[in-house]
Amino acid sequence: MIAEFGHFALLLALTASLVQAFGGLLAGHRMNPRLAGLAGSAADIALIGCLVAFAALMSAYIRSDFSVANVAQNSHTLKPMIYKIAGTWGNHEGSMVLWCLVSALFAWMLARTPGTLRWSLKARAVGVQGLVGAATLAYLIFASNPFARLDPAPLQGADLNPLLQDPALAAHPPFLYLGYVGSSVVFSLAVAALLEGRVDAAWARWVRPWALASWMFLTVGIGLGSYWAYYELGWGGWWFWDPVENASFMPWLLGAALLHSAIVTEKRGALASWTILLAILTFSLALLGTFLVRSGVLTSVHAFALDPERGMWILLILAVFTGGALALYAWRGPSLGSDKGLFAPVSREGALVINNLFLTVATATVLVGTLYPLAGEAIFKQALSVGPPYFNLTFTPLMAIVLVVLPIAPFLAWKRADLMGAMQRLWVAGALAAAACALAIAFAGGKALAAVGFGLGVWLVCGAIAEVADRVKVGQVPAAQSLRRLGTMPRSAWGMALAHMGVGIFTLGAVAETQLRIEHTASVPLGGTTTFAGYTARLENLTSIDGPNYYADRGTVVVTRAGSDEVVTLYPERRFYPAARMPTTEVGLRHELLGDLYVALGDPAEIDGAMQWTLRLYYNPLVSFIFGGVLIMAIGGLVSLTDRRLRIGAPQPARKTAGTAAEPA
Amino acid sequence: MGVNDTMRRRDRRLLLIGLVGTLMLGATGIAAVGLRDKAAFFYAPADVAERKPEAGTAARLGGLVAAGTVVRSEGGKIDFVVTDGAADVRVSYRGVLPDLFREGQGVVAEGRFAEDGTFAASTILARHDENYMPKEVADSLKRTGQWKEAPAPTGQDASYGVSIGTASMPAMAGNGR
Repeated sequence: MIAEFGHFALLLALTASLVQAFGGLLAGHRMNPRLAGLAGSAADIALIGCLVAFAALMSAYIRSDFSVANVAQNSHTLKPMIYKIAGTWGNHEGSMVLWCLVSALFAWMLARTPGTLRWSLKARAVGVQGLVGAATLAYLIFASNPFARLDPAPLQGADLNPLLQDPALAAHPPFLYLGYVGSSVVFSLAVAALLEGRVDAAWARWVRPWALASWMFLTVGIGLGSYWAYYELGWGGWWFWDPVENASFMPWLLGAALLHSAIVTEKRGALASWTILLAILTFSLALLGTFLVRSGVLTSVHAFALDPERGMWILLILAVFTGGALALYAWRGPSLGSDKGLFAPVSREGALVINNLFLTVATATVLVGTLYPLAGEAIFKQALSVGPPYFNLTFTPLMAIVLVVLPIAPFLAWKRADLMGAMQRLWVAGALAAAACALAIAFAGGKALAAVGFGLGVWLVCGAIAEVADRVKVGQVPAAQSLRRLGTMPRSAWGMALAHMGVGIFTLGAVAETQLRIEHTASVPLGGTTTFAGYTARLENLTSIDGPNYYADRGTVVVTRAGSDEVVTLYPERRFYPAARMPTTEVGLRHELLGDLYVALGDPAEIDGAMQWTLRLYYNPLVSFIFGGVLIMAIGGLVSLTDRRLRIGAPQPARKTAGTAAEPA
Repeated sequence: MGVNDTMRRRDRRLLLIGLVGTLMLGATGIAAVGLRDKAAFFYAPADVAERKPEAGTAARLGGLVAAGTVVRSEGGKIDFVVTDGAADVRVSYRGVLPDLFREGQGVVAEGRFAEDGTFAASTILARHDENYMPKEVADSLKRTGQWKEAPAPTGQDASYGVSIGTASMPAMAGNGR
């Protein structure tokens, strides 16, 4: 009964979303506030419908109701409770229910937060969001019904793919979806502005928190996925430039560009039509990403069960929304009259334009590399693949340029700036970066890329610190006054400094891990040892253990280091999940600030009459910086979001005077 | 704060267009070079027999792991044969195989062709899903008539036992649950 109730709730939500779309768009067209009220009420109902449907599906998972096909295919009575709950969105249908719920929630927030946005613009945005919601709900109900019944119901379920039974991956989809759907709100606001034919600072002030929140959630989502790949797959890597990874990375990159162009639109009234175009493209890339992941047109190492027919549905939604929005942009964009706010090439605006240009072109190179196998197959009649070498050649240098400019931008004034003055205030950071470069050349064995990378990382971190120091006038005023200034620094300024510092910390980690990783493979008998890079690893013993829904062979690997008393014991496992009939690898891992010891236990084999186990050992330097940096970026976004001037519906701040360099961006 | 103060609108636009143009040209150039040099072609064993790629060619090789050909030796070295029914290619690899590597199952190896016509794999691509078959492998199997729709689950069980060899796992898997 509960499943049928959930199905009904979805239909209710679909109807409500259609009413919301109709009411919101017509309210703007006819200038009728009563229709806007209707759209708001419809958004309430759509949210309630999605909540009920989501709760119904979750209850089916918790009760292990195998008469629901979705539950039977993805759950099992022995599965731990947390993964029963997470299993709700650990599959295609369930994840689409989550998508619809988030979409309805955001539409409701858009409709119900009081604010300074013109009511007609808001009604139109709520209407467009209703259309997006209705499209995904229709796709859910008609192409991937999560509540389909099985008759007769099986006694036991097929279990969730064991690779997904993991805390990081349980949280990964919700964050990604919060990010993707957040970008749909920005898209709705952009389309509403095009319909309205006007873009102003108030509009940009509404766009900024949504763009920021969406980017922040994507950051966390991608970070969790990468972290999962690092410790769960046992390949030692954290980013493979795989199509599925790129699918989430492209909206992130473009979202970062959008975040910065919206600042210029709000503060200076410039770049408005560009901001709108970015908003449309960011959501389009989010949809494209969903299409690539779900349709299986590209070969991915992260591919799960795929369904090309569903891919067609998503492609259709993508075509309608992107095509429609771009056509509207072509029609209305030129009349927006956005090209106000003149600025000199050397200015805060100029720096942000460079940021946008390079981020956009970098996104384009990722897009080309991701889609090239499709085109290549058509041209060369032979399948091909584009891997890390391509991305290292194209994407990395573009981003390096962005990172060089990044710390300078906050020191530039709006409109017209003094580049030499900015550089003078950054000389300490520059000197430290050069020192890091020299040190890296001396110690990293002449690896040019490592040296450049370390220099960049230090430049970013020190640049962010220098910006805060400059803002509180360290050394120019008494220390007590500097401290007081630190206390009253706006949250958005803290957020920016943190996010930029996070980029630097991430860069340090990424460079160290990719350039200086030590890798060693050996096959050892029980009690045997192998040495690598000054470490000695001994396979002490193997024990069989019984997990809640798996069996495992657990190896005890004792690692010692020459010239050190420290003994590290790692427990890599090979698990077998009988319900899903799948083996998985659990790596033995010791996290430390400066580097991780990482061991994966491989297959046993009989070599020269003795059983030997393959051990793959890694020393991964500064891995904690990679994920720490990502986390700090996300925290920066969060801190910025709590700034009262960025809060949705916050009272309009007093008319700001023309920005100065001290003003937070 | 007049027009003289900032740049004239037309000059600014020209500068912007110049910058965008240079950037686009540069990026297109690099991307074109990158795609020409760094994109690896996908080979099925039949393609290898037909085209005879030069030694050192970076490529992806996909097909089925031929049953009974997996040989493990000292230092984590693994040799096996990838087949598509029409032709075979020997593959050598050093390291830990992905969890779902099994004899008789699809596999994609990334690496280079060696002088002796074998394939030196640097990465063996894993699948995360029992039911997933890389598209290229499926396509090449369909071409050579080796494709079977929805392989029977019992077959998978059997090959599981074979590929894990004499490990303690199958014994554990049979211990009553």
